[in-house]
Amino acid sequence: MAEGKAEQPGGQPRGAISLRQTAYQGMSEDASHRVGDDAAVLWRIIRLALRYRSRVAIAVGATIAAALFQLVIPGFLGTAVDNALGLLGGGSIPPEIARGALFEVAMLLLGASILRGGFTLLHNYGGEAIGHLIAYDLRLAFYGKLQRLSFSFHDRVHSGELITRGMLDLEGVRMFFNTGLLRLVLLVNLIGGGAYLLLSSDLLLGVLSFSFVPFVAWHSSTARLRLRALWLALQERMGILGQIMDENLSGIRVVRAFGAEPYEINKYDMAADDAMIIADQRIKTRAASTSVMTFAYFIAMGLVLWVGGLRVLDGAMTVGQLTVFLTFITILQQPVRQLGLLVNAIARASTCGGRLFAVLDLEPAIQDQVDARPLNPTNGTVQFKNVSFAYSGAHAGASVPPVLHDISFTVARGKVLGIVGPPGSGKSTIAHLLPRYYDPSGGRITIDGQDIREATLETLRQAVRIVQQDAFLFTASLENNIAYGDPWADDGMIQDAASTAQIDGFVGALPQGYGTLVGERGVSLSGGQKQRIAIARAAMLHATVLIFDDSTAAIDAETEQRIREALKTHMESCATIIISHRLGALRHADEIVFLEAGRLVERGTHDSLVSQGGHYAALFALQSHEGAEPPSSTLQGAAQ
Amino acid sequence: MTDTTGQNAGRPPRAVVGSQISQDEEMFGAAFDGRVLRRFFTYVRPYRARIYLALAAVLIFTGAQLAIPLIIRYVIDEALIASGGNSALLTLAIVAFSAVIVINYGASYLQDRLVGLTGEHVIFDLRRAMFVHLQHVALAFMDKTEIGRMMSRLQGDVNSLQEFLENSITAIGDLVLLFGIIVIMLILNFELGLMTLSVVPTLLIVRLIWLPRARHAFRRARETNSITNGALAEGIHAVRTVQGMGRETINFALYQDKAQENLAAHLRSAKFAQAMVPIVDTLTGAAMGIVVVVGGALVLDDALDIGVMIAFLFYIQRFFDPIRSLTIQYSVMQRAMASGQRILEVLEVPLAIADKPDAVTPSSIVGDIAFEKVTFGYVRNQPVLKDISFTVKSGETVALVGPTGSGKTSVTALLHRFYDVWDGAVTIDGRDVRDYAKASLGQHIAMVLQDPFLFTGTIFENIRYRTSGATRLDVEKSAKVVGAHQFIALLPNGYDTMLIQQGRNLSQGQRQLLSFARALVADAKILILDEATASIDSYTERQIQIGLAHLLEGRTGIVIAHRLATVRGADRIIVLQEGGIVETGTHDALIAHHGLYARLYALNYASFDDIPKDMLQDAISAKART
Repeated sequence: MAEGKAEQPGGQPRGAISLRQTAYQGMSEDASHRVGDDAAVLWRIIRLALRYRSRVAIAVGATIAAALFQLVIPGFLGTAVDNALGLLGGGSIPPEIARGALFEVAMLLLGASILRGGFTLLHNYGGEAIGHLIAYDLRLAFYGKLQRLSFSFHDRVHSGELITRGMLDLEGVRMFFNTGLLRLVLLVNLIGGGAYLLLSSDLLLGVLSFSFVPFVAWHSSTARLRLRALWLALQERMGILGQIMDENLSGIRVVRAFGAEPYEINKYDMAADDAMIIADQRIKTRAASTSVMTFAYFIAMGLVLWVGGLRVLDGAMTVGQLTVFLTFITILQQPVRQLGLLVNAIARASTCGGRLFAVLDLEPAIQDQVDARPLNPTNGTVQFKNVSFAYSGAHAGASVPPVLHDISFTVARGKVLGIVGPPGSGKSTIAHLLPRYYDPSGGRITIDGQDIREATLETLRQAVRIVQQDAFLFTASLENNIAYGDPWADDGMIQDAASTAQIDGFVGALPQGYGTLVGERGVSLSGGQKQRIAIARAAMLHATVLIFDDSTAAIDAETEQRIREALKTHMESCATIIISHRLGALRHADEIVFLEAGRLVERGTHDSLVSQGGHYAALFALQSHEGAEPPSSTLQGAAQ
Repeated sequence: MTDTTGQNAGRPPRAVVGSQISQDEEMFGAAFDGRVLRRFFTYVRPYRARIYLALAAVLIFTGAQLAIPLIIRYVIDEALIASGGNSALLTLAIVAFSAVIVINYGASYLQDRLVGLTGEHVIFDLRRAMFVHLQHVALAFMDKTEIGRMMSRLQGDVNSLQEFLENSITAIGDLVLLFGIIVIMLILNFELGLMTLSVVPTLLIVRLIWLPRARHAFRRARETNSITNGALAEGIHAVRTVQGMGRETINFALYQDKAQENLAAHLRSAKFAQAMVPIVDTLTGAAMGIVVVVGGALVLDDALDIGVMIAFLFYIQRFFDPIRSLTIQYSVMQRAMASGQRILEVLEVPLAIADKPDAVTPSSIVGDIAFEKVTFGYVRNQPVLKDISFTVKSGETVALVGPTGSGKTSVTALLHRFYDVWDGAVTIDGRDVRDYAKASLGQHIAMVLQDPFLFTGTIFENIRYRTSGATRLDVEKSAKVVGAHQFIALLPNGYDTMLIQQGRNLSQGQRQLLSFARALVADAKILILDEATASIDSYTERQIQIGLAHLLEGRTGIVIAHRLATVRGADRIIVLQEGGIVETGTHDALIAHHGLYARLYALNYASFDDIPKDMLQDAISAKART
């Protein structure tokens, strides 16, 4: 990775290399999450399974029974062979009795097979069911937890990472019970029982029959772990390849504009070659390991055949007894080879479980205080008193400069506060402090004198509504999207909100109106339309404090004006904070504050700020092209 | 739906989580599709030799598998029982056994390796072919194609073909094994063989009844998985909205419904998956019972060698495996054919614009541009540009101004030959753009698009982009010229800062500056700029204006102008409306002319995009009146 910084004048495209770097960075960040003690994690998964005690008991019992009936079959086969040779219990028997004995053995074989099948079904179904029940419980816990974890957590942890945990890691935990635990029970019983039966009947032959077991067990475990590492590496490289393809398609206009097709294909090839190396390695490893395991098994069989054959020649053993040994090997082969799967399942479950539990064990940074009371807005006055804020330094290093310094202001009901400032000056942070998405590091925020930290989150967030700049639209109907904050709203309320947000005309023109689906399979909305849906969402709810966080940037000035007028009655009954780049939106605010680097540097009305000739005035000049005169006069001039 | 909260208005809430439709594009088509197979075969052909070798390995491997019970039979019948035992024959048999297992070892390794590698390489070739093809298909196709859907073809469909490829050769092995066992059983003892095989029809019938139901259950489990995971992903992406709107409780209840459905579907699918186990085991037991009773009686009557009976018992244990894997293979094939079809659809998208055979690739150009009576549109009979003519001299900067839909972007797209004109001609240095090689146009024309798309990678890589000869110094110089150096230098890793998720860690304005630097490094004679719109804050705007001025120095520039500041700086302004040129001239000349431009300018907005629609309409109709 050292070449990340090296100069490369000759110039191979290095896209793929630095992409790998990000992937590694992602992983190293991941390492900082507490993985936890493997055994503790596995025990915790078992405890989760023990919620279903009777199911676990049945599954484990069935597993042992399945092993047992599997173990008796070789013996029956041996007996059958001896019976067919006219032998019974070491001596010759007359054909008639032998025929009866054969029938009896056949029935036993059939019975044992049926029972083995039945118990195997119970074992596998039971194991799978328990796995799915655990998965169900974890799924709900994970979803519930993520919904409650505060913004600071979601800022820090990438959403893709969380989705991976909720999907793949959950899968890893789910597989543990059946593929890991029950298979282990089965294997221990098969090997233990088989060893007892074979070693007690003929020590040397028994040892030979089992000779392949340690080798195959060891080999399949190590090979499986090696394959897993290769698989993970392959996934990572395929992820990079996928990213290259995805970006190529998304940026196809840039690619074409620069005639960069050969460059892009070269970039693709490098990433694909990278992935192919691992893919090839994986296949070679797999081929080598399967074939060598089969070989070991056949060697054991050959040895048993040879030594057993000599025993039969010596008269020390019957052909039937030799058959017992030979069939035993056959029975053991499959489960022993699957030991690799088992080891893999356990290894996977412990890492996956660790990653999943790390999230589940987190406590939201922001929750109700013990003595939290419902917010009681009497008048609706918002006050910031000497508020400071810094993002917690956990993710960015030791000292993080504060985002807000000593901010104080008051907005009363029916009043509008405008916030202006360069990007990164802390405008949105102010908006995020009010509904307690974050808590200030100093000072206090009150609504009608009540500190918002003493109110319950539910009532606080009902009172404070934010319209975000990039509203999230759900793959649902337009009406569901508008009524997101109040799913019980009736059609009238939805239509009113839509008309307030000036989106009703657009919706009305759609063939399915408010029932139209948003997204890939329905209508795709422009940025301005999305923002208007977000405004409609907020307009439907009765807020005590209404905040527009640069939420009209993609809406044209004229529509914005109309929305503002439609919201007038709404805004009379609440305190409104408008954050905007476009000063036109703020001209009528009761107070405008100018924020720079987290400090309030100017405050006043539009006119007083313009005449002050400071930052605000400069910005205003920039936004109207002549700069000298306020645009309102020319606006009227043009309209005539 | 469960009762989500105490509230109840007599109808369910208007609330859902996640998409209601599974995104799973998988479908089952015919197991065979001749067209897909033929086309597919062209990608397999380069590996012909390997495939024959793999096939040979599969056959040898299967043969060795089949031989082993026969050797055991030989040991028992000839070496141990016949003539009271013969240790020399035993040794001989063991030697034969050793030889067979060594062959088996080699063949097994070769088979796995060759089949795996060939499958992998064919798949990589196929994926690459799709990717390369997409680099050259018409832009119009890319415009109307969802990237997500394309990606699922490049990844998901390709993977299901790989599964098919790897399985298909082993499926041949399974078939050979199955027939081998049947033939050997019948040869060893026809009657006993026939009786033992009598359980097979039962298995086939049961399996045929089971298969469609099981597949339905499996599919449902997969679907509910993708639905539940989709809801989870949505919950994560939308967490800020969820918390802001206080939807946690309702969403949890809705999610629980989905998770429950998912659980039920999985339990059902697990039942189906396991249902075959006792049936196969019972049939195996029955087959063994038949061999024991019937075969045993024959042995007692000396009508059958005991070794044959033992060989039968061995074959029975292997017998059901190929039947199982072959039925699975059938589903894999169906899936593969559907995937193959979707892949073919991509590969068969026509390459709309190709170079002429005698296309030229000049090493340098002067940069004179002319549009001669150009008519063009995207939809038949709906021209976007109507009989447009204008010229831009080398070194001149022309601003295109006009309301949305007036055809500004089409002008630039035609110059770069993203599309071909319907009528007329676009020329560079007097030569029709259709006579240039497309790569050559890419080299001499640089474009800065409205959405400054950046790639994952470092800032250095993004600025240098395809100009692989550019050094660190060149890149820094360009960044300085357009005014991007200042903010880059402030980043902790400077030019080595990684841009994550297409540069979302930068502001829109900063991304635009990087795209300026990228165009400057490309050092093209002609520069097309689709100037960024309203979303840039005023603070960055000034920076961008300065950068722009530097960028255009000494180049032929066509600027789709939104900002008045840009327009005023242009050598000439072309005002477009509804696909035609209504005015052209310098800023001052146009103002003096009192036409549409003068009216728009009088509205005193910083950007033409900010002008409210009705005022725009007024301005246009006022022009019509004069």
